[in-house]
Parts: sequence; C-alpha cells; structure tokens
Amino acid sequence: MTRTDLEYSPAAAGDEAMLPSPYRITQRREDTADTVTLAMEPLSGEQPSFVAGSFMMVEAFGVGEVPISISGDPTRPGPLEHTIRDVGAVTHALVDSEPGTVLGVRGPYGNGWNVADGVGGDLVVVAGGIGLAPLRPALLEAFSRRGDFDRVVLLYGARRSEDVLYADQLVAWRERFDIDVQITVDYRTPDWDGRVGLVTGLVPRAGFDPNRTLALVCGPEVMMRLVATSLIDRGVPASRVRLSMERNMHCGVGLCGHCQLRELFLCVDGPVLSYDRLDPLMTVPEL
Amino acid sequence: MIDSPVDNTTQRAAGSAVVVGRAGLQTLVDVLATRGYTVLGPTVRDGAIIHSKITSLDDLPQGWGDTQEAGRYRLRRRGDDALFGFASGAQSAKPTLYPTSVMLGRRSRNGNGAPTSVGTPPADAGESGDGASAGPYALLGVRSCDLHAIGIHDWVLGGRPDAGPDPDYERRRRDLFLVAVTCGDPSGTCFCASMGTGPRPDRGYDLALTELLDDQTHQFLLEPGSPLGANVLAQLPGRPAEDADLAAAHQVAQSAAGRMGRTLDTDGLREILYSAVNSLVWEDIAARCLACENCTMVCPTCFCTSIDDTTDLTGTTTERRRVWDSCFSSAFSGVHGRSIRTTVASRYRQWMTHKLASWIDQFGTSGCVGCGRCITWCPASIDLTAEAANLRAERNGANGAQASRALRRTT
Repeated sequence: MTRTDLEYSPAAAGDEAMLPSPYRITQRREDTADTVTLAMEPLSGEQPSFVAGSFMMVEAFGVGEVPISISGDPTRPGPLEHTIRDVGAVTHALVDSEPGTVLGVRGPYGNGWNVADGVGGDLVVVAGGIGLAPLRPALLEAFSRRGDFDRVVLLYGARRSEDVLYADQLVAWRERFDIDVQITVDYRTPDWDGRVGLVTGLVPRAGFDPNRTLALVCGPEVMMRLVATSLIDRGVPASRVRLSMERNMHCGVGLCGHCQLRELFLCVDGPVLSYDRLDPLMTVPEL
Repeated sequence: MIDSPVDNTTQRAAGSAVVVGRAGLQTLVDVLATRGYTVLGPTVRDGAIIHSKITSLDDLPQGWGDTQEAGRYRLRRRGDDALFGFASGAQSAKPTLYPTSVMLGRRSRNGNGAPTSVGTPPADAGESGDGASAGPYALLGVRSCDLHAIGIHDWVLGGRPDAGPDPDYERRRRDLFLVAVTCGDPSGTCFCASMGTGPRPDRGYDLALTELLDDQTHQFLLEPGSPLGANVLAQLPGRPAEDADLAAAHQVAQSAAGRMGRTLDTDGLREILYSAVNSLVWEDIAARCLACENCTMVCPTCFCTSIDDTTDLTGTTTERRRVWDSCFSSAFSGVHGRSIRTTVASRYRQWMTHKLASWIDQFGTSGCVGCGRCITWCPASIDLTAEAANLRAERNGANGAQASRALRRTT
C-alpha cells in the first residue's frame, strides 16, 4: 500500500464515532513469519489512553476492519502498538503495510485485565500463541509496579520455536530474575532445546500460591478452558481466573449484536471476563 | 423504558380526550402535514398493509382486514368501513426509526498528498426513510406492541449506560410524532395480551386513537399522551369525550384482548431457555428453518446491524453504512476463517434465547412484544410460541410425545 492521506465526511454529527481516525505506521517489526507488530501515531490530535487488555478496530483502507488487541505499554505515552497475525484478507493487508502507510483506527474498546486487582499477591500470566500480545500490556503494567506483587509468573506456549512471539523480550524478561518465565512448544524442532508440551502442562508445577493469585489467560478457547480448569484444580478461585474472549467484535460499542455470548456483549462486557462467569457459556458448543 | 404491563382492565376517565369524526381525523393528518411532518400510515399495496406516505383518509385501508396464520398473510374484505380493522403488517416502526441502510460517512484517499474532494452523503430517502434529511415523520396507526418495541429500542439504541447511543436513531426518534391506535381486531398470530404489551396503548405516544364504529356512527376517540399531542389535539374539530365513549373504547380493547390467536406462557421462560441449550427441540426446528432471516427482519425489536464498507473500483473512496444484519447468517458470528455458529440449530437457539431470555439480562425486559410477525412471515410456519411450549414441555417432562417427535425428526 502506498503512502496515503485520508479525508473524512461523516454523514451527520455523532456518526464519526463509527469512522476510523487516520494513524500513520511509524515502525514495523516482524515478530514471526506471519506476525508483525505495528507502531502507529495519529495524523492529528492526541492518541487516546488505554487499559491493558482493551482492543481497537484497525482498518486497511478499502479492505476491511478487524478487532486487534493493543500490545503496547499502557503506563507510558508512545506510539500505539498492535501485534497482528496474517490470518485473513484484512490482517494480510495490515501485516503487509510498510512504515508511512496510513491505517484507520477506532477505539479503544472493551474492558481490561485490571492487573491492579492482583496487588499484594502472585500474578500468573498464561499465554498461548498470539495470546501473548494482549497480555503484554498487563505484564508491562505489572513490571512498572513490580514491588506491589509477590511472584510474577509467565507461562507461555507456542506451536514451534519459530512461532515464539517477542523472543527478544522473553529473554530480557527472563534475565530480570524477578519474573519466572517458562516457555514450552507443542512440536520440537532441531533448534529448540527447551520444554516440549502443551502450556497447560506448566500450570501444575509453576511456583505460585493459589489462594493469593490473580491469573490472566489468553489463547485459543480450548487452551483457555483447560488452563482455567488446571488453575482451579490447584485452588485458584474461578473468580480470580480471567480470560480474554474472542468473538466477532464489529461495532465495538455494544450496538451491533455480533459479539454476543448469551447475555454478554463481549465488546463492552469483555473481552476480559472471569471464569466463574464464563464456565457455563464456554462449555456449550456454538453458543 | 416501558417497565410495567399494559392495564387493559381499567376503564379510563374522560379527562382531556376528544371524539372526532372522519373530518376531524382528516384534519389531524392535515395539521401534522402543516407542522412539517411526513405522515406515514397504513395503506393497501400488493395485497398487504404497507406504511406509506398519506395525505388523505382515502389512502387508508378502509374496509380491509387481514387473516394471519403461521406462514400465511391475506387481506380480506371486512364488510364494514373500519379504517384500522386489521392487525400488524410486516412493517413495524423499525424501518422508519432504524432504516435498513444508513450512511455513516464517506472517506477518500489520494496517492500524492493533494486534497481530495469528498462528496456529501446522498439523501436517498424512501418511504422507509433512509438518509438523515428525510423526515421528521408522523406515524399514524402504531399498534401497542410496536409502541413497546419503540420503548425497547429507546433503551437499547438510545444510550443505555453500557453502550451507544446510535446517533441516527436518536435523531429520528427525537423528531417522531406517534399516533397510536387501539387494536380492535387482532390476528391469528397475535399474543400481545400474553406479553403485557397491548392491545391498548398505555404510554409512549403523542396521541392514542381508538376507532369507534357501529351501525350508526363512525368516530375516533383521541387521547393525548404528551404536551405536543395535546397541542395538536387542540387544533382538531371534535367534542369532549364522555364516559360512554371511554366505555366503548374500553370495550374495543377488552374484546380484542380476548381474541388473540396465540398465547405465550412467560413464567420462568428465561430459565427454561437457559437450561435448554442441548435440547432436541433445536434440531427439530433446524430441520424446518431455512435460516432466511425473515423473522429477524420483521421483528420490531431485532436490532443487529453490520458496519459495511463499500469501496469504489478505483479504491479511492469508501462508503460506510450501517445495515440490518441477522443472527441467522453464518457470517454473523464469523471470526477469522471460521464461524462460531455453523449450524442452523445454534442460530435459531441464539435468536430465540436472545429474544426471550438473555434480552432480560441485557435490557431488563423480554425482547418479544407479542406482535406475531415472526410467525406470520416464516415461510416454514415455525411458531415461536409453539416452540417455547415445546421447550417447556420438554423441561417438565410432561409431554413425552413432543420429545419423541423431536427425537424422531433428528434420527
């Protein structure tokens, strides 16, 4: 896509809420073969603040608009960061966009992880695949006030070594020694000498006190359910296990109806919800 | 929002009500037009009652009634001169307040940094009122079920604490003048009496009209429901209503309430639907349901929309519109590369559970106002009230035949 500028003409006052604002890509980092992180800045005006766990609607002009979690640091002003995996027409166009390209952005939408609820106890972050992206702001927020937590544990599972997201940062976090970083891959490749197996398998042996834990989980739905069950088996209350749910987020403001999960509008009631609320809904196929 | 059932049992006091004849009703249409409203009312077109622009009482469906059953809608001659002697047509107030397609804005890009001219949105106004420049509208002949549906949308779309508001809905709603009508002749698919939403309008209107027709006289009782309604009423030639007029209007509603073609037992319905997620009834329905979306289109409360972009062939200009969408399509629940609800059974379950159960959690009321449209306009004659009864019977275990019928259909 070429360097572009956009003009906007809302049909009437108020309608601009549904129209994206133009953001220019300032940096593009290839995280894995199919995943990039784009840093963006608004062409005009202030960049909105956001809470860790919230998402935005990101548009490739003329192609479409998709919900993408914010993966940047919520505690510091800086460019807006989105980590995007190439899974469809819109994300393909986004992943292909070079620095200088203007994209459309609406939001932020949805609630957040509320990391502060874990202060005084242990924080356990469990991520699968690109599920690490929406959890990165939560980790960065926790690091910004590291002394307020007891243990901070990151359990991360990727399919193969080449799919490990933010590899440099994972190394750096591991070197901090005040965060327990454990990484596993589903399939061994010659370059991997670490752990092999599902991320679920890391939960039983991880060092945390279940009675004083806040757990944040993001990944494929089946992985989240198994991790939640495993955490609860260890004694973490279901109300202290939070999952980030994915549905068809479309308008972002609770009006279009696409993201409903029974009584929940996941774009405003979620995406982050505790497992006591989700358990009866996640166990029903096609709900 | 509307939070208590309609009281059809109590006769009202005469108060500020006025009785007008046919000439007075014509004056109402004229006064509304003079005040700048486009008056939309029931008309006969293509064998159905359709909301159209009206200027004269001659435009109204005089002497027409209707026959409605599951999957069936026919007009019939009544044998009298009633102007409002029919039940709900396919259209509620929804197409007027929440049109099928609304322009949200147009955006352009250019490749060299030079400004690109941006067009203004077309005012593609039709009778259903697309385009922000259309209106304001006065709706004549809004049924009590549809008034309640407007009340629900006022909450859902009008800026509830957790979402919205929808600016286009707000604009259209703010300017709307509502002339409600007491339903005198409900259809075979009506069940507003079960839902506590009719047949007599109880609030949320500017004027409420009850047609009083007997062998000698043809009159209309008009009751104001807002200061604006009272103001309009003061311009009409009529006489103050007497107790006998109120009694006659009361009788119209009482009689209609007793002639509903359907009933829906709402007691514990939310819990029944929540516990019926794995019911065989869904498979039974799915064997008949075409997923055609008719029920969601005619439903006066279904509000799901899609934010659609259309880009021109050169890729420089894109239009964003809010268009009706339906939970019966597979794309509705689409997340990258797949759909959450792949089966028709899961989509019907979503629609019915939302309408009758999760709606209560979300918005404090049922999402059903008992208008019966989803039954009438279903090409497969699927009956929401019958399926609700099936789910109840299955839960109670009292109707083994029903459950085994469902089982037979799916195996």
